[in-house]
Amino acid sequence: MTTVPTSVGRADAARPTGRGAGGRPPAAATSVSSRTWVRALSRDAGILPFFAYTGIFLLLPTILVIIGAFTARDGGFSLDGIHQALNARTAKIFWTTTWLAAVTAIVGAVVGSVIAYALSTAPQGSVSRRVITAFNSVLAQFGGVMLAFAFIAMLGTNGMITRLLHSLFSVDVPSNLLSSMAGIVLVYIYFQIPLMVIVFVPAVDGLRSEWRETTMSFGGTTRTFWLSVAGPILAPRFLGALLLLFANAFSAFATAAALISQQTIIVPMAIESAIRNENNTNMTAYAQVLALGMILVIAVIMALYAALQRKTARWEQ
Amino acid sequence: MSTYASHVVHGPEHGSVRDDVTVTPDAPVRAGARAAATRRQTAFRRVVYLVSILLMAVPLVSLVEYSVRFPLTGAVNLDAWRKIFAGRTNEYTTLDNLWLGLTNSLIMCLITVVIMLVLLLPTMVWVRLSGKKFSRFVEFVCLLPLTIPAVVLVVGLTPIYRVISTQILNSSAIWLSFAYVILVLPFSYRAMDAGLRAIDLKTLVEAARSFGASWLTVLLKVIVPNIKGALVSASFLSCAVVLGEFTLARLLAKDNLQTALFVINLSDSQVAAAMSFLALALTTILLVVMDLIMNRAPKAPKKLDASKTYRAPKKRIKDTTR
Repeated sequence: MTTVPTSVGRADAARPTGRGAGGRPPAAATSVSSRTWVRALSRDAGILPFFAYTGIFLLLPTILVIIGAFTARDGGFSLDGIHQALNARTAKIFWTTTWLAAVTAIVGAVVGSVIAYALSTAPQGSVSRRVITAFNSVLAQFGGVMLAFAFIAMLGTNGMITRLLHSLFSVDVPSNLLSSMAGIVLVYIYFQIPLMVIVFVPAVDGLRSEWRETTMSFGGTTRTFWLSVAGPILAPRFLGALLLLFANAFSAFATAAALISQQTIIVPMAIESAIRNENNTNMTAYAQVLALGMILVIAVIMALYAALQRKTARWEQ
Repeated sequence: MSTYASHVVHGPEHGSVRDDVTVTPDAPVRAGARAAATRRQTAFRRVVYLVSILLMAVPLVSLVEYSVRFPLTGAVNLDAWRKIFAGRTNEYTTLDNLWLGLTNSLIMCLITVVIMLVLLLPTMVWVRLSGKKFSRFVEFVCLLPLTIPAVVLVVGLTPIYRVISTQILNSSAIWLSFAYVILVLPFSYRAMDAGLRAIDLKTLVEAARSFGASWLTVLLKVIVPNIKGALVSASFLSCAVVLGEFTLARLLAKDNLQTALFVINLSDSQVAAAMSFLALALTTILLVVMDLIMNRAPKAPKKLDASKTYRAPKKRIKDTTR
């Protein structure tokens, strides 16, 4: 902050001197501008370590993926990788991943928002609320493989729920449930709901009791409150969370990998099998094309999210 | 402040009951209907609350049950737990992989937290002090890893790690920490952002500088003590991310806790279940402790700066309409 006025002041001071010398105004001007350029750079130097680090470990990998998808084996530009990847199998894997993400995002968002509301009614400092929030973020963000194991312990062949259902209701859980699509949907919902809860609690926390009071004193019912007051207020946040959940399920890998080892059904698993196949260098290109496809889908989601944010901001003004 | 917050934020349940008594100058008939509505809602909330707690408890209970019940015979024994608590011994060599993975993960927690703090704290302080120019950029970059799938990142990281392991360092798993710093950015950014927002950074820094403190002193002796809670919380979240990370390690063929669990599940699934339970429970406790620290932290600067207290209600209104 303190450097800004100093540099401006010096640049102003330098200009009259240059003119006063009269001899070579252009040279003086360039030296001033180059000096201000150096000064501007040193002023912005604080960002450099961060820029360099994220450049190497975030930007560079992303660029390498994009370049790699358009590069032939000899290093030249080529669309071969893309052409090879454009087949029915890739399309099917992308389609499966997309609908898996969409279905689990919708279920997760609906159920999660109800739980978030219930949670928001508990006092903020209460032990149950703290523990539930913490456990939810573990399930949603840090526990992919462990969640899969929990499901094996619940609904696997020797799982607790499997045995309970069998002995109590003589219902048999299909032995391949957890490696089937239905099982995957179930497990995904188990991390989508918690994610919705932690994302949405701040939104429902913002609902003020005065709004409900006002609705009530104007003769409104609970129904009116939710449909005409809370609903419109929460809608943009809900849609935003829905997009976040979609992106989350779309890129999830650990849970599915821990449950299914035989087939590749979702894009991240296809990328894994392509990377791990070291004999065939063509496969690296295939992995890059798949990764590019994921980047594109995520980019669409982010664009929708940004548009939603803009619209909300305008609506609130 | 905390009581004030809980009144405003948690109005719907506590507030509405109390307000029915105090703020009902109008028709008593409607007040009765309102009370009935409130009762219905409370019942609804309690049911949802109970069901969700139950649904969350089932996976944990199942893991514990699975870890003590031998799958084929149904006999209950504590072998899995005995093996874990025996630690790294020659008796159970099958678990060597697990201990290696756990050690790697713990070392990586440390490295990741150190790099994250050294990289992010000065950057965020600098961005705040040097005007708004880069704040959007830094925020965007920090939140980016939330949207870029780890599995995409890994495809691009493969050649980078090939260089790191052959030409710069070695093929040890702990260098995964460099990439983990990227993965923890969104979480630590948010925590530190909240911490820095709560203090009057500019005044603190200007005061310290005018007393002749160097930038390092300002950072370590003025800023760090003031946002200790946020830093602890950023570090805990980073540890949670690193302990739960699977994708990068699996695809770059390095050993960490999660890949070890993955492998051990194939040979000794009971140990994997017991270890999963421990990891889930410990990470949850870590986050609860973090939450406690985080919620206690903002009180300190508030005592110093009375204007904050007065500004608080305004801010909350802004937050709710967002």
